[in-house]
Amino acid sequence: MGADRPLPCLLTVLLFAPLIAVFDEALRRGWAFALASLSDPDAQSAIRLTLLVAAVTVPLNAAFGIAAAWAITKFDWRGKAWVITLIDVPFSVSPVVAGLLFVLMFGANSALGAWLVANGFPIVFAVPGIVLATLFITFPFVARELIPVMLEQGRAEEEAALTLGASGWRTFLTVTLPNIRWALLYGVLLCNARAMGEFGAVAVVSGKIRGQTTTMPLMIEMFYNEYLSVAAFTMAGVLALLALVTLTLKSALEWRYADQLAATHRH
Amino acid sequence: MTARPFALRSPTPMPGWGLSFGIMLTMLSVVVLIPMAVLLWRGFVGFGAAEMWAVINRPRVWNALELSFRAALIASLFNLVFGVLLAWVLVRYRFPGKRIIDAAVDLPFALPTAVAGIALTAIYAPNGVFGAPILQTFGIRVAYTEIGIWIALIFVGLPFVVRTVQPVIEEIDRETEEASATLGASRLRTITHVILPMLAPAALTGFALALARSVGEYGSVIFIAGNLPNVTEIAPLLIVIRLEVFDYDGAVAIAVAMLAISFTLLLAINLIQIRSRRRMGAV
Repeated sequence: MGADRPLPCLLTVLLFAPLIAVFDEALRRGWAFALASLSDPDAQSAIRLTLLVAAVTVPLNAAFGIAAAWAITKFDWRGKAWVITLIDVPFSVSPVVAGLLFVLMFGANSALGAWLVANGFPIVFAVPGIVLATLFITFPFVARELIPVMLEQGRAEEEAALTLGASGWRTFLTVTLPNIRWALLYGVLLCNARAMGEFGAVAVVSGKIRGQTTTMPLMIEMFYNEYLSVAAFTMAGVLALLALVTLTLKSALEWRYADQLAATHRH
Repeated sequence: MTARPFALRSPTPMPGWGLSFGIMLTMLSVVVLIPMAVLLWRGFVGFGAAEMWAVINRPRVWNALELSFRAALIASLFNLVFGVLLAWVLVRYRFPGKRIIDAAVDLPFALPTAVAGIALTAIYAPNGVFGAPILQTFGIRVAYTEIGIWIALIFVGLPFVVRTVQPVIEEIDRETEEASATLGASRLRTITHVILPMLAPAALTGFALALARSVGEYGSVIFIAGNLPNVTEIAPLLIVIRLEVFDYDGAVAIAVAMLAISFTLLLAINLIQIRSRRRMGAV
């Protein structure tokens, strides 16, 4: 047994070291100094923007995930395998390329983008572009979580409810939703963590306008490049705390409801 | 009897086909398919294949592409080996703190890339907690060199192999190993001929996921890389630099090159996987 321990110990050190470093650097000049950096108006607006982007992106993503999982697992149709593959495409696209996609579509250099700007609804270098890029990056999260779970659960329970006269919505709300709630929460949790932390894609579409289109991760970069180390690491510390909360909730879900989550997470 | 795409194969009493399929296809189109098509159209029709090649076929771009793929391969191979080992230890052994380590494996998924980036830079900088002793003992600089890029990509890609291999190890019956041992196989032979073939498909899937993620990774790399042209400048950074001077065609060319190489690699891994599954089926 003793010989097996160095590996997990080493990996724990490598995994936890960045986390410790974040808090160590943030508190280098004490709590007061660190907290003061968060009351900076730009930092406040970054926090608000990140919350706004997550609040818009995550529900949209959940809606897509539920719809896709329903269409894929409750019906047999041609082209299903292709659609499943296409949903996963964002996983193999660089975040920077993801940002580029929306700059090309809606940027001032495109006809559509120019028209949108002229009509007072800019997408690139504005909040809608940040939402679209984040949506692309997090696109497969909820769907990938729900599809295996719903596939395993089959259709019998829904069919029974329908036979007994329940409407479609009632069947979904009272039969399907309770069966998938923990898997849905799991997907939403991961989706939210990524949405709040996305950097590359957002960096490209946002234009990094201070106080307007700068999210928390972009603010970290700005502070860092301005040698405002404590401010950068304090903002990073807030996101690191979010990551810890995510991990805790995720682990709790895995331990408690392992049988209701996708097979890949069972252990 | 028509073979229309998306046609239902059989009538069903299940409700919500139109609604769920509609939401799925609309969002898939708006968020993924149309933007990807616009990129390819802009590259091949708007700019031209020859012009794109002229952008890519320059030393600085070539070096960046090579660096991105080399570093991603090195980091993913490291994660393949250590990911399988770690998954094995996490499934087969009991030790104090096991649950915490198991949960911590997902930390790179949960921690935003920019946070990981500045934290790793602080640790591995020449005056950092790990950077200073490494520099003094081995004379190796980690941050602001290619090794720093490897470290960032190893961190980002670690969970993929562990999480894909872990459930498979759980499924392996200890009796299979015991049978192999009873039949006179050495411990090493049991590992190479019994266990590894069973883990191979899952490990390859994890490797492919880690590779796909590392090739395009940006946030965790740019802080630690140093970003010296031709030396530590990754391909995604070149796209950002092009966009900063509004050279959209140049950015598109590099993006198309990255997509082409990534999808070729993933296709190759998929083919290997199909072959290894067939071989497993034949056994």
